[in-house]
Amino acid sequence: SPNSLPHSTPFSIKSTNTHKNQKTFLNLSAPLPLLNKSIPKSYKLTFGFHFEFPHLLIFHNPPFFFNFKKMASIFQGVGTATTLSSSASFDSNKFHPSSRRSLSERKVSFLVVRSDAAKMNPGLNKIGGRADQLVTNAVATKPDTSAASTAASKSGHELLLFEALREGLEEEMERDSRVCIIGEDVGHYGGSYKVSKGLAPKYGDLRVLDTPIAENAFTGMGIGAAMMGLRPIIEGMNMGFLLLAFNQISNNCGMLHYTSGGQFKIPVVIRGPGGVGRQLGAEHSQRLESYFQSIPGIQMVACSTPYNAKGLMKAAIRSDNPVILFEHVLLYNLKETIPDEEYVLNLEEAEMVRPGEHVTILTYSRMRYHVMQAAKTLVNKGYDPEVIDIRSLKPFDLHMIGNSVKKTHRVLIVEECMRTGGIGASLTAAINENFQDFLDAPIVCLSSQDVPTPYAGTLEEWTVVQPPQIVAAVEQLCR
Amino acid sequence: TLLSFVLSAALLQHPPLHQTYRFDLSIGHKTADDMALARRSSNLLKPLSTASSSSFLNRRPFSTDDSTTITVETSVPFTGHNCEPPSRSIDTTPKELMTFFTDMALMRRMEIAADSLYKSKLIRGFCHLYDGQEAVSIGMEAAITKKDCIITAYRDHCIFLGRGGTLLESFSELMGRQAGCSRGKGGSMHFYKKDACFFGGHGIVGAQVPLGCGLAFAQKYRKEDHVTFTMYGDGAANQGQLFEALNMAALWDLPAILVCENNHYGMGTAEWRAAKSPAYYKRGDYVPGLKVDGMDAFAVKQACKFAKEHALKNGPIILEMDTYRYHGHSMSDPGSTYRTRDEISGVRQERDPIERIRKLILAHDIATEKELKDIEKLARKEVDEAIAKAKESPMPDDPELFTNVYRKGFGVESFGTDRKEVRATLP
Repeated sequence: SPNSLPHSTPFSIKSTNTHKNQKTFLNLSAPLPLLNKSIPKSYKLTFGFHFEFPHLLIFHNPPFFFNFKKMASIFQGVGTATTLSSSASFDSNKFHPSSRRSLSERKVSFLVVRSDAAKMNPGLNKIGGRADQLVTNAVATKPDTSAASTAASKSGHELLLFEALREGLEEEMERDSRVCIIGEDVGHYGGSYKVSKGLAPKYGDLRVLDTPIAENAFTGMGIGAAMMGLRPIIEGMNMGFLLLAFNQISNNCGMLHYTSGGQFKIPVVIRGPGGVGRQLGAEHSQRLESYFQSIPGIQMVACSTPYNAKGLMKAAIRSDNPVILFEHVLLYNLKETIPDEEYVLNLEEAEMVRPGEHVTILTYSRMRYHVMQAAKTLVNKGYDPEVIDIRSLKPFDLHMIGNSVKKTHRVLIVEECMRTGGIGASLTAAINENFQDFLDAPIVCLSSQDVPTPYAGTLEEWTVVQPPQIVAAVEQLCR
Repeated sequence: TLLSFVLSAALLQHPPLHQTYRFDLSIGHKTADDMALARRSSNLLKPLSTASSSSFLNRRPFSTDDSTTITVETSVPFTGHNCEPPSRSIDTTPKELMTFFTDMALMRRMEIAADSLYKSKLIRGFCHLYDGQEAVSIGMEAAITKKDCIITAYRDHCIFLGRGGTLLESFSELMGRQAGCSRGKGGSMHFYKKDACFFGGHGIVGAQVPLGCGLAFAQKYRKEDHVTFTMYGDGAANQGQLFEALNMAALWDLPAILVCENNHYGMGTAEWRAAKSPAYYKRGDYVPGLKVDGMDAFAVKQACKFAKEHALKNGPIILEMDTYRYHGHSMSDPGSTYRTRDEISGVRQERDPIERIRKLILAHDIATEKELKDIEKLARKEVDEAIAKAKESPMPDDPELFTNVYRKGFGVESFGTDRKEVRATLP
């Protein structure tokens, strides 16, 4: 509990502990340097770094890192369908268990990660009092709590994001023989990002299908197979290639359930890496979430950590709707410890990354890490941002977003999509329509520039939102 | 008359004529004769025999014989590409001939009725009519089972009927009513019938071909012994996704049969203006092909049977059905700006599918001219009744706007901001 910390921090740790014997995850006994200066600009996102907690880079020993994960209470929920991957910031009295769908027909008890309401430290909630509570040490309190392991299961396992995706795929393929993967180089090659490595020898060539380079046709084939009852996962080697299949995705995938009067369901998962990478060029750095968002009948989710990657992958496969799962090229090598038990996340739910008081920052995919980076600086400057990874791009989780807006009254959206017609634009409109009365300031939306992504490294950096820009935006918003 | 009475009574003991009779002729056709023979209660109600109820005692009932074999020759021999074409002679029975005639008459009548409905603005939007091409649907149905899948483009009314759809569902869907096969939300181009493995009904030209190969993929995945007939037109034959899908189907030996309904015009563009090589059956290159006279129902039936056997063993095959549509591309197209009326009437005189069957029936003395005319009249009556019933069906309710957008599955529900109110009830 917060009170047991050697240093009291102004930001309550939203741990959802009902397990009183959980060790505190934050060892603040050692003074910590200002880490924001020591993080190189490339953020060391790739190659197995513990990226998501840059301020914890000095805490490198696995046991500590493991303890750090005991954030949420976990209980076996037979029939409880919904999970939250991190602790939530809303109070328990706002939490409506009745609204959760209980799939009582599910006999399998899989582990449900659910976070109860956090008990906020009441004395620290005053917005006006933040200036007094400036903390000199650099550590922003609550790190990403995406992984959840309990006292019960001490053996979570550590893996990279693409391995987490593969685990999700494998578990679902094991569970349901109708699940198959269709894509270029997914079989014998193992997937261009190794997501489906080892699956073709295990499941055969028909279940892990190597296709020729014909996105339009194999997306159509996947949809046709779905009409017949299979559950294909269609992989675009790069999200940008799926533009070739736009007709199939928009017309047949999204609309067939409607135009057939409900006769056919299309339980496909369309996935692939997108986003701005390391100087990949304009055509291979596209963000398609803005193009697909208007298609009725599909759902879109974006994963950002190994924990939610696996959970969302499993949820997407189990969903009877077509789901587009957006991965990011630069996030494939994130390392995290995820639980051994099976878990499935809720497709329409956002993730509370860091509860706060002053401003709500909404983000998804790779920008989450830029935001967390900026959050460190903001914390040093005395701000208390609330960071929410919206995860579900269609439909938006207006419940969590709304609760956050009602609390903080200021919204900053940080996204990698283009400025024009992007996810941020839709989200701005949605929040403005629904929560107009709760906003103290106009919504600020930071998006990528409306330019094709240049090859030159310096220019490429400027197309996406960088942490200093986020810090500046928050400062302006909170003025 | 007594003799004919006795004969017909004897014939009434026959088993049902054809499985796919969609119209229940018992509606409104009861006469004293019918009741006297208690046919209404009989499970052996023969639509064709009650068809003659009006002049029952005066007719010689036509033969509904299933056992006599009649050998019919197709009009032209098949042309094969990379395969040995099947034989020109096909065995059939009087029952099948009568079935073909009745079903095609119904389809023709339905399309003409749709024409007049469109002109009276009850059908809006796009309406693509299939009259002239009925033989393709009829012949295909005769060769396959209801577990074999059919997928086609937007000219789907008659194929839906052939798959077992009812007239009521068709007309309701065309008029956008609740009783329609897609609950009024699809329209002319989106007829589907899942239980009969009819997958539609697609508006974008050529997009159904990869879907059809996907159906075949699923059939192979599940090791089913069925095939998929993927239909497209001569206009769609130039789509790239067709060749992509064909390549994949050939690569994995999928049981896909690509049927090109070549009616020689892609909307207003004649095939010689759109395709360098109008031999669509040869377009598969390594995939075998067969060119079929699409106005001859028996040729179509033979070709489809051959194709099914081939696909189950060897993988995809292309069938090119040489057919013709009398109407324009759709209701907004008169159909005569890019072709002459002489051409249309010439085809109608020489190659009309219904006429061919009629001549066959008369030649083999299976029924009289009058009986055939009665069948056509009955079809007209059926269609009119279906239209009347469809007109009574209401338009979909307003909340139907939001149903079937998503499917209620794992964790899917639309809700308002506080998760209490559900904006739309998902089925």
